[in-house]
Amino acid sequence: MSEHLLDAKGLNCPLPILKTKKALKDVPIGETLEVLSTDPGSIADFEAFCRTTGNQLVEHTTEDGVYRFIIRHT
Amino acid sequence: MSDLASAGQASESNAKSMSIIVTKGALDWAYPPFILATTAAAMGLNVTLFFTFYGLELLKKDLNLKVTPLGNPAMAMPMMGMHMAMPNIVGAIPGVTAGATVMMKNLIKKKGVASIEELREMAVESDVRMIGCQMTLDLFEMDKKDLIDGLEIGGAATYLECATKSDINLFI
Repeated sequence: MSEHLLDAKGLNCPLPILKTKKALKDVPIGETLEVLSTDPGSIADFEAFCRTTGNQLVEHTTEDGVYRFIIRHT
Repeated sequence: MSDLASAGQASESNAKSMSIIVTKGALDWAYPPFILATTAAAMGLNVTLFFTFYGLELLKKDLNLKVTPLGNPAMAMPMMGMHMAMPNIVGAIPGVTAGATVMMKNLIKKKGVASIEELREMAVESDVRMIGCQMTLDLFEMDKKDLIDGLEIGGAATYLECATKSDINLFI
């Protein structure tokens, strides 16, 4: 479980990424943010976002059409 | 160093940077520059948008952007249970542009796509540098008062100075 949760379900590109970036501002360095999304493009986008920004994509899972990302703020 | 810092954000730290020349003022064409600008800013890039010709329409305080199927054979709209492209002669009828715009805005809402107002607000919040083209303001007799606050006004040299320092330069 993450200390912080962002529900981005129902939002389309690029809103899940933009809201994640905003939410990360309130996540202390070293802590994780859990993001929920229903945008199928978000898997590739969250990987690219984390590679570029240096934040760590700890895991991502898919369940019933909901993508769940755990991102460690670095 | 302070000269560089004031001249453009491209000089700030080692961050990558992107510039986009924005030339189109239709609802559909407004998406690519604002999506890329906000996302790039979220990914840590310094972003500059240079609005020229019809692109300046996207900077008006009150946006009234439209989309037209006229001359666009690729634009299929949901009609009668399927997706149909409109013959140009239909697209040319008064009121069809307004109708297509309403349909597009409904789709945008239904699919969870951000509005242009929302994306522009996010671009402002994330310090995207926006430059309006002075020549276009003169040419179209536009008033800077009708445009959003915080704009810079400049010309080709202003853009090119930024472009020479940017990692990505796009024309939309």
